[in-house]
Amino acid sequence: MKLNRYKRELSAAVAYAVLLVAVGIIAPSFFSGANLRDLALNNAPVLLVAIGMTMVILVGQIDISVGSQFAVAGVAAGWLAKSGIPIPMLLPCLIVIGAALGAINGLFVGWLRLPSIIVTLAMLVAWRDALRWVTGGEWVQNLPANFQWFGLGQSLGQWLIVAISLIVLGIFSWTLRNLAGGRALYAVGSDAEAARLAGIEPPRVTFFVFVLMGALVGLAALLNAVRFSTVPSNAGLGLELKAVAAVVVGGTAITGGRGTLIGTLIGAALLGTIGTALTFVGINPFWEKAIQGAIILAALASDFVLGRLEGMRISDRGLRIDGAQ
Amino acid sequence: MTNAALLRATDIDKSYAGVHALKGASFELRAGEVHALIGENGAGKSTLIKIITGAVAADDGEIQLNGNAITHNSPRLAKQLGIAAIYQQPALFPELSVAENIAIGLEEPSLWKRVDWRARSGRASDLLARVGARIDPDRDAGDLTMPQQQLVEIARALGANAKILIFDEPTASLSEEDAQNLFKVIRELRTHGVGMIYISHRLEELPEIADRVTVLRDGRTIETCLMSEVNRDQLIHLMVGSELATVFPKKTVTLGEVILDLRQLGRSESGIHDVNLSVRAGEIVGVAGLVGGGRTELARTIFGLTPADQGEMLLRGKPIKIESAAQAIECGIAYVPEDRRRHGVILDLPISANITLASLDRFSRLGAMDFRREKEIAADYTRRLSIKTPAIFAPVATLSGGNQQKVALSRWLITKPSLLILDEPTQGIDVGAKSEIHALMTELAGQGVATLMISSELPEILGMSDRIAVMYGGTIVATLDRAEATQQRILALALGHLEAAEGSTPEESQSLRDLFAPVREEIKASGTTDEELLDQIEAAVKEVRERDRTSPQSRER
Repeated sequence: MKLNRYKRELSAAVAYAVLLVAVGIIAPSFFSGANLRDLALNNAPVLLVAIGMTMVILVGQIDISVGSQFAVAGVAAGWLAKSGIPIPMLLPCLIVIGAALGAINGLFVGWLRLPSIIVTLAMLVAWRDALRWVTGGEWVQNLPANFQWFGLGQSLGQWLIVAISLIVLGIFSWTLRNLAGGRALYAVGSDAEAARLAGIEPPRVTFFVFVLMGALVGLAALLNAVRFSTVPSNAGLGLELKAVAAVVVGGTAITGGRGTLIGTLIGAALLGTIGTALTFVGINPFWEKAIQGAIILAALASDFVLGRLEGMRISDRGLRIDGAQ
Repeated sequence: MTNAALLRATDIDKSYAGVHALKGASFELRAGEVHALIGENGAGKSTLIKIITGAVAADDGEIQLNGNAITHNSPRLAKQLGIAAIYQQPALFPELSVAENIAIGLEEPSLWKRVDWRARSGRASDLLARVGARIDPDRDAGDLTMPQQQLVEIARALGANAKILIFDEPTASLSEEDAQNLFKVIRELRTHGVGMIYISHRLEELPEIADRVTVLRDGRTIETCLMSEVNRDQLIHLMVGSELATVFPKKTVTLGEVILDLRQLGRSESGIHDVNLSVRAGEIVGVAGLVGGGRTELARTIFGLTPADQGEMLLRGKPIKIESAAQAIECGIAYVPEDRRRHGVILDLPISANITLASLDRFSRLGAMDFRREKEIAADYTRRLSIKTPAIFAPVATLSGGNQQKVALSRWLITKPSLLILDEPTQGIDVGAKSEIHALMTELAGQGVATLMISSELPEILGMSDRIAVMYGGTIVATLDRAEATQQRILALALGHLEAAEGSTPEESQSLRDLFAPVREEIKASGTTDEELLDQIEAAVKEVRERDRTSPQSRER
């Protein structure tokens, strides 16, 4: 029964396992420590954003402005560092900046009830162009020496980034399962009106989810920026697609109300590994996008098929218990 | 009615994954007959219908149409043979026009054929006229009311030359008036030789519409008899298999303090105004009225979903303004909404999560859910309300209607409400679950819960209520004591017979009084049967409404 409940996540996990085994057989060098560390490092920011995206999709919304927010937050991190504030202070600052960016989306979607796809599309364009205008396309350079790797040195800094990402994943995963607020998220995503009748306030939940989404983007942008000695003003292009793809491949229903963060972790890992794995196996990496696309389609199709099977099972069960209604 | 069988199902057997849904059920339908098919949920009605319409295949037994056995039945074949089903929720395409909706069922789809719009719309008009519906074929189906959509479906079935029409609970969500309209159409079809299978939980309406009735129980045909030869109690007896002690387990309870007191309460946007009503602890107040009378709107206003903008509301004697559902819950108000599939429960969530959804605070410590207590309480309520389910973490979507309603009720019972508002608590659920819910209401009243029960079923209103508030035109026009209430009086008031009403203009009262004078005479004479009386009252109300339309100022207050 327990496994049955997680079958969406399970199919992604099985696919990932197959991929790892195949790569392990063909190119065992894939599993070298350095390669795995690079993989984790490259995908940590995507994972953080995907955590937020999971919650946004769970409440039945979507946020495609995360890539632009990511760029804005990254440049903000660079400027703040150059302004001379203590480097550790960047962490709370970026979380607040990100939350503020998310709050704008939340305001429009939660309280004004505008469709999230339109609101965040507008924000995607607005932030990107605003940033281009303000920076003139220039990267943030001449950062303080202790900006890169938080001044901890490469190896420790790398560990820190991966550790923070996994800790955040753990916290949110626990929260979604165990806090009453997490339950509210699923309820709003399943049926907002029914949730309202149960005393939950869907606008508040939605607003809050967008704020969290923004905060996670802020954090991701900072953890990404400290990996380099300069901050590009065009970071995060296509990030929204990666995040949404990871969520969907991880088994979260795009219509909301169903899904877990463990699934998202598997989804992010699967999609993030493909490109590197192809290189190791000796396939032209040009295929990466096509294969990623195929995986997303397969995930959606399996979601649909599972839904259909479940529907049939439910109607059977209905008959068994008490007649079909 | 001819005696040749149009459709004959003999010894039908069907199992689903080891569950024996039909055990040799038989059924016969003649041309020009309305044949009621009744039984509790799980008796096998739906399965039998699915076999007749080809949605599922029978394991054993035979279906004959005009004496010829049908083999390899499928939805497509059934349609070609002239079998059509009309379900409780019409299945039209809301974005398409009525004419297009009718055409979709009838025209052979072809990519290259040009659409003959005029012929489409002409045929739609003809078909709609045949069911007596005055609906513009060019309107979007989504803009139609539910009864209108039903008529469109019937028209579509007629267009496909349906010889057999199956109605699955067609009146479950219709007002009395719309139901009467539907009956008129059914009677008309009967004279044209259409055979109709009529499934309904409303036993009261069967004598009015059905010629024969077949009772299913546990997948077997228990009996087929002429409708004129059985009464409601006998049918219930046949359905349940044992005598229900009393249909309504109402007990007298000593009433406590006044819990809810409404004074001139109103909300202009929802069209309710000047509502005066009080409910005491342990009291069940029934709210009767037609759909559109303002009953659900009143409930939603009390619960803070559409906050009041006029008048006053007192809870335990203290004035209070309730502006959200969350606040209402805090104040000890619970609201089990109508249309449970959409808003009463969350179908994706498991039973346990549904039950605790309105009281998450109580099941969490420092924000963390206490799963053990949640499980305990869910198991406890599943047992106490005898919710039939394999597991408490099964999604609510897997339950039958009656059990879903019990989950919706459980959610509110654990909030320990002092005021419980029930909106159509037993709509569309089977007789067994119904009486269980009634028993539960009685038990709650005994514990001092004040209950406000909205219901369209007059027997339920009469059977369960201590007092009955009748709504018409957005306000309570009369409050009757249990002893003085009769089906006739409630109906007359609900239909706008405002003799006892206050708050309407003298002119309007007078005009209504004049119009209803003959009806009142009839009530006094009291020799007539309920149905005739009803027809007369309805005719009178239609006249009043007609007059209201022509002189709108008479409606202004």
